[in-house]
Amino acid sequence: MAPRPPVAQLESTYMNKAIESAKKSPARKRAEVGPAMKGSEILIACLEREGVDTIFAYPGGASMEFHQALTKSTIRTVLPRHEQGGAFAAEGYARATGKAGVCMATSGPGATNLVTGIADAYMDSIPLVVVTGQVPQSMIGKGAFQETDFFGMTLPVVKHSYLVTDINEIPRVIKEAFYIAQTGRPGPVVVDVPKNIQQAQAQPVFPDEITLRGYDPNPQASDLELNEIIGLIEKSERPVLYVGGGIITGEASAELLKFAEAAQIPVTTTLMGVGAFPELHPLSLRWLGMHGTAYANWAVSGEFAPKAHPNDPPQKLAHGADLLLAFGVRFDDRVTGKVEKFCETGTIVHIDIDPSEINKNKPANLPVVSDVKYALGRLNAMIEERPIAKKFAAWHKQIAEWKAKAPLGYRVTEEVVTSQHMKDHLSGKESEVILPQMAIEMLYELTQGEAIITTGVGQHQMWAGQYYKYKFPRQFLTSAGLGAMGYGYPAALGAKVACPDRQVVDIDGDGSFLMNVQELATAHIEKIAAKALILNNQHLGMVVQWEDRFYQGNRGNTYLGDPENMKQIYPDYITMARGFNVPAERVMFKKDLRAALQRMLDSKEPYLLDVIVPYTEHVLPFVPAGKTVAEMIWKP
Amino acid sequence: MRHTISVLVENKFGVLTRVASLFSGRGYNIDTLNVGPTDDPKTSRMTIVTRGDDATLEQIVKQLEKLVNVIEVQDFRADEYIDRELVMIKVSVDSKARAEVMQITDIFRAKIVDVQPKSLTIEVTGNESKIEKFIVLMKTFGILDLTRTGKVALPRKSKD
Repeated sequence: MAPRPPVAQLESTYMNKAIESAKKSPARKRAEVGPAMKGSEILIACLEREGVDTIFAYPGGASMEFHQALTKSTIRTVLPRHEQGGAFAAEGYARATGKAGVCMATSGPGATNLVTGIADAYMDSIPLVVVTGQVPQSMIGKGAFQETDFFGMTLPVVKHSYLVTDINEIPRVIKEAFYIAQTGRPGPVVVDVPKNIQQAQAQPVFPDEITLRGYDPNPQASDLELNEIIGLIEKSERPVLYVGGGIITGEASAELLKFAEAAQIPVTTTLMGVGAFPELHPLSLRWLGMHGTAYANWAVSGEFAPKAHPNDPPQKLAHGADLLLAFGVRFDDRVTGKVEKFCETGTIVHIDIDPSEINKNKPANLPVVSDVKYALGRLNAMIEERPIAKKFAAWHKQIAEWKAKAPLGYRVTEEVVTSQHMKDHLSGKESEVILPQMAIEMLYELTQGEAIITTGVGQHQMWAGQYYKYKFPRQFLTSAGLGAMGYGYPAALGAKVACPDRQVVDIDGDGSFLMNVQELATAHIEKIAAKALILNNQHLGMVVQWEDRFYQGNRGNTYLGDPENMKQIYPDYITMARGFNVPAERVMFKKDLRAALQRMLDSKEPYLLDVIVPYTEHVLPFVPAGKTVAEMIWKP
Repeated sequence: MRHTISVLVENKFGVLTRVASLFSGRGYNIDTLNVGPTDDPKTSRMTIVTRGDDATLEQIVKQLEKLVNVIEVQDFRADEYIDRELVMIKVSVDSKARAEVMQITDIFRAKIVDVQPKSLTIEVTGNESKIEKFIVLMKTFGILDLTRTGKVALPRKSKD
């Protein structure tokens, strides 16, 4: 262990500082000195001070000290059955609440199992504090048992990270970690703590303030910039609001609604922004992009005639937006397709709290670095003083036509009727086939659109976005940027722990669900009544869809069932759930679906509903990767 | 286009790795990288010479600024800054070449810091073009070894 300064000396230095700052602002609290305790106990005490009520933690040799301390803490420790589940659950908790999610694991394999969750939180800007045990300092670099350089390993996927090298740093590090994770553009912060530091004794000094010289999380737009935006709106004929996860993390939904209504501007969201604007609102265009609504994509980039041949030149039928108000978005490739063609003829206003997002993927005509809640609040105040005269009647008429022309839709196609699925599972009962979209629509009806929905990754994720209509922020929790399969159920657990009074349903695929199936144990043991609705098509549906479209349907390891017995549903989730003591049932026929969904929703404990659906469905609309709206396939 | 970027960082664990991995992770080039403490023991200054078009440079600067331990980033435009590099060159010489090398060294106001029977080690300081010219001249004699600090730079004007 590194020699540490005697506590008394530290205290006095700190006290001097505290007195100094007290002079500057008399109301400021003094630092608090706690009784002597172990490093592990100091860290847990720090978590308590940050208001942490739940931690998702899996113990091991290098983190068991923390778990010992947790047994004496008010914090609820939820034991996931795999560290990845713990990380995703912490993310679900964070997304549902806006507070930092906290997860913990031991060194080496425990820590490496967290990496996917950390990367996911980084991509989707989710506040996460990740505490890991590390081998004792004397063993670092020796290839010790369960040693990995976790600080080094996670560098590209963290907002910030710490390797604690002195027990006296713990209170400051934890305070900074929560501050950094939750402010500005949120993200994951890793705190790696060697075991000898956990075991050392010290008297903690809990700081009441922090100084980070290189960190300014709160940029605010100038009135000059905001006036410019109003000027552009007044000049425009076809404005569109394109808003994302920034609205949700920035808690700016109310401001957005007020602004959109006052200025009469239609709103499309990204997948991350689903729920930022009520989807039943007449100004809502739902979400845009690769599998977004045709009308949202047209509203942004213009409507094009369907191409008879892929090499035909695009033929524009109607103009898209002449002004794109991109607020809290990052012009992700799944949104833009070929980025040069995205809103090609529009003026782009880009507001983001992270300066590095401006001009990263798409150059902005008017870049504004700002907290979006502040910017929208000021814009609303300005509009209130001097209302926008324009009503954009022609534009709203055009959009209404588009909505009528290309609503989201599905039907039982010839392809479904003649598919292997029908032969294997529904012979003689073809009319009873359940399409995945149908199941989601029914879930929407039965929950009156009030449930928190989580998803895995793939076709079911897109349909969960399309056929459930979202009313409020933090209602749709999905791994959008990283696209991490297995996210759905653990995230649902985290959300349910955070919001025990809400119905939380994981709409999952059979592939994604299996990736963290062990979390059924967590659900049962911890009594977390999160529901899993598996849309089981026995395939990796999204890859199958790409195989069908681009590889002549050649199957490359995308069948998940048992090739030697294709009539059987494999694996048998009902038997598995029984092993976990989680009630479960399977639905094959449409006639049974509604009642089964209701039973799932009524259950006071976790519940698994395995809905067997055909693999032949494609997610539409579909703008193939790197293509433009002119190449969009949208007719079901 | 080549750019010289000056990065003021907090002296915290892993800060050099953070900066370096930012460059590798986002596919940016580093030509030279120099790090050393400033007058404030809590901070260090990195001088990075990198290449890229304007859009890439804008991203490099913003991504650097985003790092919590980075206090300030300056992207120097031509003529706004003074830069120097120190190079040590070991040149192969025989009795005939020695005088000529010493003469060139004089012209460049470089310094001979070590003399061996068959080599001279020369310390040369200067801006990029001077260093390049000197190296070209020394190549004709045969460079046995060479090490350079990479560029260090400061703005001409003080900030406020």
